[in-house]
Amino acid sequence: MDDELILDGNAAAGLLASIFRADVSGSEGRCAHCGTVSVMATLRVYTRGPGTVLRCPACGGVVIRVAEIAGRRVVDARGVAALRLDD
Amino acid sequence: MARSIDWQVATVAGIRDETPSVRSFTLALPDWPGHRPGQHLDVRLTAEDGYSVERSYSIASEPERPAEVDITVERIPDGEVSPFLHEVVVVGDRLEVRGPIGGYFVWEAPLGGPLLLVAGGSGVVPLMSIVRHRARIGATIPTTLLFSSRGPEEIIYRDELAALASTGDGLTVAHTLTRRQPDGWTGYARRIDEPMLAEVLSPLGSATRAYACGPTALVETVANALVRLGLPPDRIRTERFGPTGT
Repeated sequence: MDDELILDGNAAAGLLASIFRADVSGSEGRCAHCGTVSVMATLRVYTRGPGTVLRCPACGGVVIRVAEIAGRRVVDARGVAALRLDD
Repeated sequence: MARSIDWQVATVAGIRDETPSVRSFTLALPDWPGHRPGQHLDVRLTAEDGYSVERSYSIASEPERPAEVDITVERIPDGEVSPFLHEVVVVGDRLEVRGPIGGYFVWEAPLGGPLLLVAGGSGVVPLMSIVRHRARIGATIPTTLLFSSRGPEEIIYRDELAALASTGDGLTVAHTLTRRQPDGWTGYARRIDEPMLAEVLSPLGSATRAYACGPTALVETVANALVRLGLPPDRIRTERFGPTGT
């Protein structure tokens, strides 16, 4: 895919905020595939296919996938081993 | 007061052309909770058949203006949203927006400096919010904006940046023009690279906080080079924009 179309987690911050009910773009998440801890804003965001996919910047594995199916949003967060919220 | 995760209706209160392909919109938002320099908002357009599309736009204005924000939008030739904003929207129109959003690519005075702000084309927008806020609060933190544009007529905020850089408050603006330079140009004339970054970083020093925004290739080049030049990775913040004209 054209590199130019790959955004970062800043672009998905609004979507993630509507799911987590908080702005998590500055929070750290641990990738379930490779264990790397990254600030959510640095994840690679792909929006030009069905739904939105956030990938780990270290290993490329899918961290979060949000799809809209029959008018409902479906969130697959299996790629997030842990998310540290700054409460 | 609306929550930042709720959609609210903004009214277009002003429109200004910055360059032939870049336009700023002032949005009146009576319920706006305020924002931090560097944050963005999401704009949602919905067609009559229910099809909707969203895009994120960085807030260009400083937080010190109550109940209104500016966004600056580059017209992407085959874009879905920017041509509509440029060609159809007029003062008085209403847009759905959500925000402010973003807890990472922000700067406020307590974070300190010195500051190195690196912009590629319309990537200058969130950095302009930082520059404008810095001026409003009277900060004198040494700050350099390194700004890449294709040619002199495409420099967004050119006159305002020249004015801010001449006030003697510690702001330096360094331009690089990658395709067209005016006669007698003495500034940089190539894509941003490590030697250029080394030159602008040198007077700021190794305690510098860096913010880089623009096309992916530029942002990656800058971040990698700054790490090689000795900046700790946690003092480098990046924001990648989608397709731009640069």
